[in-house]
Amino acid sequence: MTEPFVHPYIPNTAPESKAAMLAAVGAASVDEFYADVPAELRLDRPLDLPAPFTAEQDLVRHVEGLLGKNVSTRQRLSFLGAGTYHHYVPAVVDEVIGRSEFLTAYAGEPYEDHGRFQALFQYQSLMAELLAMDVVNVPTYDGYQATATALSMAGRMSGRRRILVASDVLPAKLSKVHDFVRVHLDLEFVETIDGVADVAGLVSRLGDDIAAVWVETPSHTGAVEAQLQKISDAAHAAGAVLVVGTDPIGYGVLTPPAEQGADIVCGDIQSLGLHQWFGGAHGGFIAVHDDTKFIMEMPSRLFGLATTDVPGEYGFGDVAYDRTSFAHREEGKEWVGTAAALWGIAAGVYLALMGPQGMRDLGELLLARTRYAQQQLGAIPGIALGDTAVHLREFTIDLSGAGLTAAGLVGALRAEGIEPGVAVGEHLLLVCVTEMTSQADIDRLAAAIASNTDHQTSETISTLEEQSA
Amino acid sequence: MSLPVAPKPAQRRFQQASWDEPIIFELSTPGERGVLVTGIEAGVRDAVGDVVGDLPAGLRRAAPPALPEMGQMRVLKHYLRLSQENLGADFNVDIGQGTCTMKYAPKVNDQLVGTPALTAMHPLQNPADAQGVLEIVWSTERMIAEISGMDEVSLHTQGGSAAIWSNIAMIRAYHEANGEGEQRREVITTIFSHPSNAAAAKAAGYDVITLYPDADGYPDLEALKRALSPRTAAIMVTNPEDTGIYNPAIKDWVDAAHAVGALASYDQANANGILGITRARDAGFDVCHFNLHKTFGTPHGCGGPGAGANGVSAALAPFLPGPRVARESGTDGSTRFVVREAGEQSIGAVAPFFGVIPNIVRAYAWMMALGADGLRAVAEIAVLNNNYLLKKVLEIPGASAPYATGRRRIEQVRYSWQELFEETGITSEEIGVRASDFGMHYWTSHHPYLVPQPFTLEPTESYSMAELDEYAAVLAEIAREARETPDVVRTAPHNQTVHHTHHDDLDDPERWAITWRAYQRKYFGAPVDPAGRVGSAGDRIETGATAAEAAA
Repeated sequence: MTEPFVHPYIPNTAPESKAAMLAAVGAASVDEFYADVPAELRLDRPLDLPAPFTAEQDLVRHVEGLLGKNVSTRQRLSFLGAGTYHHYVPAVVDEVIGRSEFLTAYAGEPYEDHGRFQALFQYQSLMAELLAMDVVNVPTYDGYQATATALSMAGRMSGRRRILVASDVLPAKLSKVHDFVRVHLDLEFVETIDGVADVAGLVSRLGDDIAAVWVETPSHTGAVEAQLQKISDAAHAAGAVLVVGTDPIGYGVLTPPAEQGADIVCGDIQSLGLHQWFGGAHGGFIAVHDDTKFIMEMPSRLFGLATTDVPGEYGFGDVAYDRTSFAHREEGKEWVGTAAALWGIAAGVYLALMGPQGMRDLGELLLARTRYAQQQLGAIPGIALGDTAVHLREFTIDLSGAGLTAAGLVGALRAEGIEPGVAVGEHLLLVCVTEMTSQADIDRLAAAIASNTDHQTSETISTLEEQSA
Repeated sequence: MSLPVAPKPAQRRFQQASWDEPIIFELSTPGERGVLVTGIEAGVRDAVGDVVGDLPAGLRRAAPPALPEMGQMRVLKHYLRLSQENLGADFNVDIGQGTCTMKYAPKVNDQLVGTPALTAMHPLQNPADAQGVLEIVWSTERMIAEISGMDEVSLHTQGGSAAIWSNIAMIRAYHEANGEGEQRREVITTIFSHPSNAAAAKAAGYDVITLYPDADGYPDLEALKRALSPRTAAIMVTNPEDTGIYNPAIKDWVDAAHAVGALASYDQANANGILGITRARDAGFDVCHFNLHKTFGTPHGCGGPGAGANGVSAALAPFLPGPRVARESGTDGSTRFVVREAGEQSIGAVAPFFGVIPNIVRAYAWMMALGADGLRAVAEIAVLNNNYLLKKVLEIPGASAPYATGRRRIEQVRYSWQELFEETGITSEEIGVRASDFGMHYWTSHHPYLVPQPFTLEPTESYSMAELDEYAAVLAEIAREARETPDVVRTAPHNQTVHHTHHDDLDDPERWAITWRAYQRKYFGAPVDPAGRVGSAGDRIETGATAAEAAA
């Protein structure tokens, strides 16, 4: 640096301050502070980085210019799901999590950060009502991690290794779960029938070495598991834990898994008031009953109510802190660290705004729009529904009867400004509808697909595949 | 009294907001609505009929969830009041959470990531429609590769500890690919490295060996050499450690690990003081990670989301998480950004899609606001601030900085109040509670407390000399109180949202209340309705078509 470099983010780059502080500590230059860094490890050149935009307005122009290259789901008609969902985010949610007090806080103690503790205790409590369970964690990273941890809890509790996977699982989630648990657990897959669990097949493989049965509902393909109580009874008879991975969005109308015997319920909260953000706004929940055996296996923080010196005043604190890696490093359960607390506050605000009637209305709307989309797409000649299960929000269509590949159809419809879904097999397309996709939108999708089944020849399909690759 | 206004006293007369808000369930009023859902179109309803009524009985929820019923403004007001009862980093001189690099998170970056051009992007959209965000991911990776000297970078993980997990997961996959997975069962770390290094290694199936420093507080190379063996999978260390002491023999540590066939993993949570000064790869590290929410200026969000960046050498690159963003050049000189699925040796999807995109974009903008000169200024001023604060704190009777006496520190210091404790009986925790009365956050240390009566300060580059002086003055004032009016410290807090809190219910399974629902059950013996009153649940919310028609 040949001339004084003064930056708005770094007040003590002001030459007067810098000089005064160096003088105060008796240092000739900042170099003295690095005496312990050996010369051979010192970088002897400036970092090779792009020229900066030190003026804020120039930075804004640059970043907005980049983001302006994006064409978002506001410009495209999107039926994409597969883990990240397009739901409406009420303005109050963004207002609350945009508050500096919440956005920039971190690890304050219960006195100075009372608001954070209460907001997260309320998140736990609101989720608990939705899930009909008594204990919910401060969010972990995402639904993948929540599920990996839930299965690990079952393994630690039982001392058993085998996990029976009863549902179709999102491949990326399975990838994470597998790599996380593979030292301690073995995943075994019981093939689904018509989109949902093969209960008889599952029962035949249960035994006293099964740590847990893992059900996903809705599954990777949006199928809702209708036999949960039977699965639960069978798992419990074998001494296994029932772990249910789910998305909480439907529990205004659907029976919460805990009421059908689930021991651990886990999943992602992105649907509850968080933008899609290119898949970058996920948080994981783990819910259990108020049972010490389960709670003491949870790695996450749990905020609990406490009394104070003043009657009528709510205080808060960490419940059973001794479980955690903060308290005992590797002797704690897995680890705890910076995860997704702000998203938990957002989900809490969302549930408070929605209330019981809002969650019920939304659940019904999702069921209705899903059924409608299934009807409209399933009525197109050559298109068949992937299965006959009850679906919430997502379902698959089989394009083989129309001579279409899923990737080819995606390419063709993108050219019309439509993202029709996610190709999950050569001829299988995963379609997602939410409150953001209206009847007219679904009709437009159906018309676009029908038009392709009418007019596509195998030649044009292959061309489109190349374009979309 | 008339003008002029009298001079301000030496200490800020702080008072935290105290709204005495009920728990949200107590604010419920039957029938109120916070937000309405769009209606089901008549055409849809005609086509599908009563979808709720048609559900198999076992799938239909019997009683609605007992969520509160509140008008929109009441929800807003409740949460805004809670927000005021929270001491965000934007409000205090947030240097009391050493190891966590509580620096300024620029407001402009929050504005940039709030645009629908980012919030409304789905990760599986046509990459041609995502060129902006993909370019930012790619560029951020390349910049962090330059800062660390590593060959490849992944931004998938959502926090520092998650990034530590990725480090050990890649190391595990590497040894397995070389046929040494069974042989290498141990991970070595140090007590002044973040506890998640030990904890994540354990979760990955390793036995953990923890080394303690030498008498001067420097990592003990001889102890390392004794611990290393063909069983070692990796060393996982922080440098500078949480004491702010840089390990001058770090290259010897890495070389010693390599000599037994182990890998070296670098937790760069404490990188803020060495940006542009020294790099992980130049010391020989195979993998490393940064916390974008620490070093790269993204907000901490009450405990996340953060974001992690994992850097690796070329040898470890095949094990990086996926999917990867790549840049391709066309024959006409144009470039485009594409998404590639993880390769066969990848540890897979450690998290959904591409990581915490809003924070990746913030970190990108932060780096682009600073450039190479700016990043070096970040490091140098962070270190200057720390050594200035060190001098100020050591002027307080009863405070000390154990280890490396007389030496400079890098970006933070783990101090001790042991002398003050011996003199007054006041503990570091009590000082922390009292500090909050002055509007200052204060933290002790990770466990175990190797430094007695610890506190850990990291001033970063974000605070002015006057603010550092103010923080030191608060510590001096509390130390004075500890001697002269110790009850003021012992009975703190005095200016906070709530009063002294009793934590004895939090460790007793019979008494703890982790949710409102459990609290009602345990202490009031019955389920509660959405208004928070004890009584019958669910008799007010219509089920089936009635409610649906009302909403339509």
